Amino acid sequence: MEINVTLNGTQRTDDVEPRQLLVDYIRGTGNTGTHIGCDTTSCGACTVLVDGTPMKTCTMFAVQATGKSLTTVEGLKQNGALHPIQAAFKEKHGLQCGFCTPGMMLTSAALLEENPDPSEDDVRWAISGNLCRCTGYVNIVKAVQHAGELIREN
Amino acid sequence: MTTTADQSPHLHTPPEIGGVGHSVRRHEDDRFIQGAGNYVDDVELPGMLHMAILRSPVAHAKILSIDTSEAAAVDGVVAVVTGELMAEHNLAWMPTLSGDTQAVLATDKVRFQGQEVAAVVATDPYVARDALGLIFVDYEELPAITSPQQSLAEGAVLIRDDKEDQTDNLAYEWESGDKAVTDQAFAEAAKIVTLETHYPRSHPSPLETCGAVADVNPASGQVTIYMTSQAPHAHRTVFALVAGLPEQNIRIISPDIGGGFGNKVPVYPGYVIATAASLLIGKPVKWVESRTENLISTGFARDYHMKGELALNNEGRILGLRTEIWSDQGAFFADAQPTKFKAGLFHIVTGSYDYPAAHVVARGAYTNKAPGGVAYRCSFRVTEASYMIERLVQNAAYEIGMDPAEFRALNFIKPEQFPYHSPTGFVYDSGDYEGAMRKALGIVDYESLRKEQVTARAEGRLLGIGMASFTEVVGAGNSQEYDILGLKMFDSAELRVHPTGKAILKLGVKSQGQGHETTFAQIVAEELGIPAGDIKVLEGDTDNTPYGLGTYASRSTPVAGAATAIISRTLREKARKIAAHLLEASAADLDWEPGKFFVKGSPDQSVTIQDVAFAAYTNPPPEEEPGLEGVHYYDPPNMTYPFGTYVVVVEVDAETGEWKVDRMIAVDDCGVRINPMIVDGQIMGGLTEGFAAATNQFITFDDDGNCIGSSFMDYLVPTAWETPRFELDETVTPSPHHPIGAKGVGESATVGSPAAYVNAVIDALAHLGVRNIDMPLLPDRVWSAIQDAEGG
Repeated sequence: MEINVTLNGTQRTDDVEPRQLLVDYIRGTGNTGTHIGCDTTSCGACTVLVDGTPMKTCTMFAVQATGKSLTTVEGLKQNGALHPIQAAFKEKHGLQCGFCTPGMMLTSAALLEENPDPSEDDVRWAISGNLCRCTGYVNIVKAVQHAGELIREN
Repeated sequence: MTTTADQSPHLHTPPEIGGVGHSVRRHEDDRFIQGAGNYVDDVELPGMLHMAILRSPVAHAKILSIDTSEAAAVDGVVAVVTGELMAEHNLAWMPTLSGDTQAVLATDKVRFQGQEVAAVVATDPYVARDALGLIFVDYEELPAITSPQQSLAEGAVLIRDDKEDQTDNLAYEWESGDKAVTDQAFAEAAKIVTLETHYPRSHPSPLETCGAVADVNPASGQVTIYMTSQAPHAHRTVFALVAGLPEQNIRIISPDIGGGFGNKVPVYPGYVIATAASLLIGKPVKWVESRTENLISTGFARDYHMKGELALNNEGRILGLRTEIWSDQGAFFADAQPTKFKAGLFHIVTGSYDYPAAHVVARGAYTNKAPGGVAYRCSFRVTEASYMIERLVQNAAYEIGMDPAEFRALNFIKPEQFPYHSPTGFVYDSGDYEGAMRKALGIVDYESLRKEQVTARAEGRLLGIGMASFTEVVGAGNSQEYDILGLKMFDSAELRVHPTGKAILKLGVKSQGQGHETTFAQIVAEELGIPAGDIKVLEGDTDNTPYGLGTYASRSTPVAGAATAIISRTLREKARKIAAHLLEASAADLDWEPGKFFVKGSPDQSVTIQDVAFAAYTNPPPEEEPGLEGVHYYDPPNMTYPFGTYVVVVEVDAETGEWKVDRMIAVDDCGVRINPMIVDGQIMGGLTEGFAAATNQFITFDDDGNCIGSSFMDYLVPTAWETPRFELDETVTPSPHHPIGAKGVGESATVGSPAAYVNAVIDALAHLGVRNIDMPLLPDRVWSAIQDAEGG
């Protein structure tokens, strides 16, 4: 089936099998920053923004994304500069192995779009669909709040 | 709240050099935050095929027949691999890192649910999985054995009938300590405290599953395997031995790893099948596990049924310890213990306490469960040991009517007793156990809390204060004692300083998120004064790094970190000679400060390390070899012994059995901290995994051997929402034998914290007489314990 998507700002038309999962489609375009961690919508490593909303792409078909705009970690940078969430994750040591990081940052970026000054509980609730096995989340929470500060300063 | 320090108070280098003690932001993060990491599943090679594995749906059965004809006929299927085909190449079985054997693809029987039975190689991963459904296997089911007690009972069906001389299901029997002396201590005891508990089966489940891309070039014989490997050099040697391939033609590349925690130490059948398939087909073959495959077939941990006893005198001094273990090893003894230690380093179970007698007996049993027993974020079996002693000590305090903290203080090994010879043969390097405990108690205001507990109980509230004062043994290890399959547990560092003063450091270990690219650069920065940002750290490619045993058991800093410091110092001594040549002075007349040599008493007569590096290639002294490069293989003289005290405060809801962590205080002493930010990150990750063990994260099996917990919908790892807030602090007691005094920290919190959480819940119920609830402390278990206690 033919699908039309906007992937990180670029329009694409591709022929996909109806059963192809969106995450496999995205990774097949060379955007391998979107990871597969669980296959059951539990871990969030495959999170991308679909029309601005964080979605777990391991349980979406590629065909369901037709007509939509997709943002992956590769599309987070703005005019060549790191997105505040990216800078904040490094500054606050919000990552260790890096595997959950793209999905975690995209979920967080969507939260900050809605609420650039989230409380600790706001952040913990927002990212509770994204698992991290390394950090214990404390520094991720700090990173998201720090990114909020960076956004508010601009 | 955490107290992530930006730098330690004892710095030898300025921030722009970023040596030991600076919270240097991580070098590796730049690629990860941009989605530019390179994990195994990101590897794409021209002509690459995809492999999927058919797994046994039953736990124990004879294989009567396997029909692959329909699968082989599917459009896009290139090959179907069975055990029979592997056997033709002598690859149906492989050795394990614990000296046992394991089926690569089953030929005779399946011995656990999820065991590898056949594999399909196809042009597309979806097609490969489709074809699995068209392989028809005829099984004749056998009784499934799901516990060591069943397994070792008289008349149990033999699981490992493949092994000559194996007449029962005993995988090993091992003991440590002196039985006679210990029995005497128990004979003289005024009181004996006993705890029987099960440390349940768990799974490290890193967010990235295991996988490989095998690329065999039939023309050249070159075998390149991209693999999720915590120990690429050791794995290469195993591949050479298993497949009979020349070792120089095997290159294992362990790219970025999405978490390991011990799960990526063993060699798994999938790696071997993918490599064999690539060899047979002549094209690259990729295999990446699904989450379910990861959870049901690879590297489980724990599953220890333990009984511990403490002998006490009337004053509350411990006289001796006895423990007995029944270990559920699964169908193959496939964890990676040092050869001489079948139960790993469980004999650290004597803990932080001073007493003369201890005896440990361990029995490993084969069962119809996946091969288990990997060191899940701990030095081999140290988590189970720490859990046992810290639970016992708290119960002993209750029985003797002492405060648990004061009971510990009375029995701690004192600072002046180091190096301390434990009754099971360890030589603890350094420690101040009471110092760490008093600090933690001060932070939590222990005295007030105990008063509050009395008030709470009077109000009918269940407040509990638990602690654990753990001692770990990490950094395996000195070669006289520690080896895996005969490979001594040294590690290595190779350092080259280039003409412009920039350096490349190559290591035999392999980061899985620990931040080696930053931490190890900081060690070089500390010793040579080259800015950490000018140092590139390479790991994980066996063609381009020195031999080493890999990263697990918190060994990277104790072993490879020491190798890095020593090779840096060796190069500094060579640099001194070059500097003397440049300054036309005697080497003995030069002083060093980080980054430059200067003539004693004349600080203006100086050369920088960068000047020296340039001269090493452009103007070396006539008597010196050109270049500034070297390699060091470090055989540690002893293990290191990190320690600390964790205090947990909980409130238990008597109506529901639910419990909530109010506070979690962690005071860690891992010796000198190289990067305080990274150290704190490691501790918080470990505290979370300890919380997971105490609350929700376990895998069980039904009576037929079906794995319950085969996806993240059933195997519940903590989210940000329920994970406690942590309060961290530190004491610093350097290791006397490590070149920079570091002890290793990656696993302390996983080791120490489970007992602290559980002790807190037990403490909340102690006045009711509750002394044990097996982990995880699910609300129904806690509720039942309250009901039983109140009913009794």
